Amino acid sequence: MKYYLLIPFLPLAAFVINILFGRGLIRDKAHWISCLTIIGSFIASIITGIDVINGKIINEDLYTWIVAGKFSVSVGFLIDPLTAVMLFVVTGVGSLIFIYSIGYMHGDKGYYRFFSYLSLFIFFMLMLIMSNNFIQLYLGWEGVGLCSYFLIGFWYEKKAAADAGKKAFITNRFGDFGFALGVFMIFLTFGSVHYIPVFSEVKNIVGQTVNILGYEVNLITLIALLLFCGAVGKSAQIPLHVWLPDAMEGPTPVSALIHAATMVTAGVFMVARCNAIFNLSQVAMNVVAIVGGVTSLFAATIAVAQNDIKRVIAYSTLSHLGMMFLACGVGAYAAGVFHLYTHAFFKALLFLAAGSVIHAVGHNDIQRMGGLRKYMPITYLTMFVAALSAGGIPGLAGFFSKDEIIWSAFASGSLVGKFVWVLVTAVAFFTPFYSFRMIFLAFHGKFRGTHHEEHHLHESPPVMTIPLIFLALGAIGVGWVGIPEILGGGAHFAEFLKPVLGHPEFHGTHAQEWGIMGLSTTIAISGIIIAAIFYLMKTYIPIKLAQQLSPIYRLLFNKYYVDELYHHILIRPILWVSTRFIEGITDAKIIEGIVNGVPKTIGRFAVILRKIQSGVTQHYAIFMAAGVFILVALILW
Amino acid sequence: MEQMVMNKLSYPILSTIIFLPVIGALILTLINRSRESLIKWVALIFAVATFFLSIPLFTQFDKSTYKMQFVERHNWIPVWNIEYFLGVDGISVLLVLLTTVSSILCILISWNSIKIKVKEFYMAILLTCGAIAGVFSSLDFFLFYIFWEAMLIPMYLIIGVWGGPNRIYATIKFILYTLVGSVLMLVGILYVYFYAGRTFDILKLTALTYPYNIQFWLFWAFFAAFAVKVPMFPVHTWLPDAHTEAPTAGSVILAAILIKMGAYGFLRFSIPLFPDATRAMVPAMLTLSVIAIIYAGLVCLVQKDLKRLIAYSSVSHMGFITMGIFALNMQGIEGGILQMINHGVVTGALFMCVGVIYDRTHSRQIADYGGLATHMPIYAGFFMVFTLAAVGLPGTNGFIGEFLTLLGGFTANKLVGVLAATGVIIGAGYMLILYQKVFFMKVNPKVIGLPDMDLREMVALTPLILFVLWIGVYPVQFLDFMHPSVQHLLERVSVTNIAEETNIARVFMEVIR
Repeated sequence: MKYYLLIPFLPLAAFVINILFGRGLIRDKAHWISCLTIIGSFIASIITGIDVINGKIINEDLYTWIVAGKFSVSVGFLIDPLTAVMLFVVTGVGSLIFIYSIGYMHGDKGYYRFFSYLSLFIFFMLMLIMSNNFIQLYLGWEGVGLCSYFLIGFWYEKKAAADAGKKAFITNRFGDFGFALGVFMIFLTFGSVHYIPVFSEVKNIVGQTVNILGYEVNLITLIALLLFCGAVGKSAQIPLHVWLPDAMEGPTPVSALIHAATMVTAGVFMVARCNAIFNLSQVAMNVVAIVGGVTSLFAATIAVAQNDIKRVIAYSTLSHLGMMFLACGVGAYAAGVFHLYTHAFFKALLFLAAGSVIHAVGHNDIQRMGGLRKYMPITYLTMFVAALSAGGIPGLAGFFSKDEIIWSAFASGSLVGKFVWVLVTAVAFFTPFYSFRMIFLAFHGKFRGTHHEEHHLHESPPVMTIPLIFLALGAIGVGWVGIPEILGGGAHFAEFLKPVLGHPEFHGTHAQEWGIMGLSTTIAISGIIIAAIFYLMKTYIPIKLAQQLSPIYRLLFNKYYVDELYHHILIRPILWVSTRFIEGITDAKIIEGIVNGVPKTIGRFAVILRKIQSGVTQHYAIFMAAGVFILVALILW
Repeated sequence: MEQMVMNKLSYPILSTIIFLPVIGALILTLINRSRESLIKWVALIFAVATFFLSIPLFTQFDKSTYKMQFVERHNWIPVWNIEYFLGVDGISVLLVLLTTVSSILCILISWNSIKIKVKEFYMAILLTCGAIAGVFSSLDFFLFYIFWEAMLIPMYLIIGVWGGPNRIYATIKFILYTLVGSVLMLVGILYVYFYAGRTFDILKLTALTYPYNIQFWLFWAFFAAFAVKVPMFPVHTWLPDAHTEAPTAGSVILAAILIKMGAYGFLRFSIPLFPDATRAMVPAMLTLSVIAIIYAGLVCLVQKDLKRLIAYSSVSHMGFITMGIFALNMQGIEGGILQMINHGVVTGALFMCVGVIYDRTHSRQIADYGGLATHMPIYAGFFMVFTLAAVGLPGTNGFIGEFLTLLGGFTANKLVGVLAATGVIIGAGYMLILYQKVFFMKVNPKVIGLPDMDLREMVALTPLILFVLWIGVYPVQFLDFMHPSVQHLLERVSVTNIAEETNIARVFMEVIR
């Protein structure tokens, strides 16, 4: 029996049942079916994963989906080590977030809707990662985008939420535009859109070029960059990163599940999946590395100046996603996927802990929090662990994956590798700095909110704190499967993925590896110390700094004004052209002018002709005579 | 006859589909006009019966051949070699089915919204649908032209009698536009009739070869008729007015089936009759298609009127269809045909959805709504599904058609594919803006207390949701109808078929003698 089919279709069944019967029958029991099905998927994923570890790889078509001429594509599943890792992350972290949501969404009037969308999301996410072809990947890709749209705009009566959902969907469409063109190019080049034939034939087209507007472009580079466009949109990299921070309008479990642990990592997954293509284009690899590296530092600097607790974490997510791309760009796909996997735990934890805080305080502004640790010790402790893990403190999950990335960048031997290594080392300072800034401001010192708010402070119920504890254990321990060899580990994670992702060549000595690790660890710890000085001891320093470096502070606070830029160079011109030029002039004046003008001219002509029909017999006689004259003249001519 | 497969069913299926609605309309004349309920039920029963009798087209169709099937052939006016000749192939069969489905929906959705001249309204609906089914199944040019023009009369009345305040302007525009196009086509039909030695047999005519100069001129003559119907840029401006002023059922007929006649005309006549001219005109056709996609999409972004927005989105979507057709490859044409069905389902459904809310508030202005999702959650759900299909979300039917037409366009010309693909971004933009303004955000006081959809409305719209998902998840079942016919068409157009040059005037001179 193909039990792996249960993995995606259980959540789909939950969606169908909840959306059809949720409003009338199920109502506040909607979580039962959603949670049980995802736990079912998790169990099936584990069983499948064990099969994969034992060397069984599944690549099966379920049925033929679309056929037209030579184009043919199936709904089919590929389960290999890379898929197995993703399955574990999506269903594992997903289950914990589902359970947490029971507490967080309790009493919301859209309760059944929330769980329906979550289940639908998981279905599409699973279709995405389990696909064996590009079209089904695209199905999942757009599907998760849709659910993201629903869930960001979940509280749709709020304009900001509805706007953010729409923005996310449309921004992603820009990326998907490129992605779709990439898929078209793949079909035209290989005559197939299934992974196995494409990846096995890609080496035969090395060096081929294609003419674009007079320029000869390397075919593989073109395909890789077009695919990467999709990843840039979905994983919110520069320049399409603008939707993710706004996406924080959605309920916090959504931010944890979709905008941290799973959906936004789909871009990284896709690049890793297509490593056979990317590996053959140095240009594309460099673009991936640089976009990732720049986004990583860019977002980290913004996070420093944000006061919305969820936005801090959102920019942190951008930054970490950038790191994953950076790893892929230097050929260290396994390191990127490793970070994807550890990140899912500590970032989901950061979000859920933040959700727990928001649940208690009732708003997102860390400047109006403070001293929360005595009211909510579990939340405090778990978030602390998450921040340590995110900051790359040795021994925790985040450390191992981040170290792997930093080392891969340094040891890749290329100039681009060195450049992004500098970037990511700078990020290694900012990550712990902003994480602990957030924690110190929220949990330490005195409570700075109103008296009324203080009265309400409480620890969250067990249904929320237990998932936090599980995730904290994950944030500590999941990295231990990838301890590098110089620390006495076996790097099992990279070994496991090697058949799919290969292994990069390192140019470096053990001494260098120790040195790099020592450097980044020192930088990370100094980040925490400086945060402690700024926000625990000498709290006047950051205020003074913000005043003295006001232009920089405002630049960071306003996120480098990218949103404003897009508004002025893109949105307003398009609307202006549509209203004034197209609708106002071409459609209303030119085309309609002709359409209404021709009959009018005919009408005027008719008025003149009508005058001939005077009814006076003599006039008719004259016309007749003239007619006869002309006819005779013509015949005689 | 090797070109066709005669009808083997126990009843003449195509004649039934065309004339059962006509009989229904005749029976309606016998009913006293005060018995409105009876009138509606009789109309509905005839539409449903027609639909059920059309099902064998789906189940008994032989998907392995390009030949015409369910053929009925009788002499009609032997002096002129005019025959009563009906048949369907993989290109037309789904469109006939779409017509029979649409007529039921039109009747259901008008149930409570038509209050004056009820009897005449339902007669007009039945007659229009019958005539359109005739257009899709005629294999005799003369017969085709009769249906093509006959359809206009009831349609003219539907908009002109039961339409909105500006209906007279809209109907005149609609009729003038289509008549100008049709007249040119009539000239073309007569020309090929005489050229081929006095036959209206479409199968014979499409197997002949014509001189290039004749192909060229006649291509444009037919183009005039079909481009107006599609409508292609720049002859699209009748559609927004017609849609805006038409009653809901009128909009549904327009969007779902009437404008498909244009695209069908390209496939059935323009391409096989004039393959060489078609090939030469591909750049022009693709350009016009891409302009339609982007241009109409941009107009949608700034529309304030619900129906106008959806009307312009039709123009944009039809641009995808014509692009697919003139890409002249399997993906493009099959995608185009499938997208004709999809567009019928989705845009028809969107107009029905607008009708649902218009019946309650009598406003088409987007600004008069807001926060509807809170007050009409079921309605919001229905509307969402069709919105998603309209933006081509994978898993819905819109994706399959849009993807295949884009793939076809991209294969034919990369730049065309790239430009057309921007239409996908624009499409997401205007549909989501529309949805947000109507359903999300603060509740507009004007919508408080509106009742959600009733059973009748759900019955009318649920089948369309099923189609959206069915075609989206398992499109092969529909695409299989088309393969041999499209293959056959491509074989015709892929080789040169130029006959010796003739003087255009000569043939007409023979007529005069």
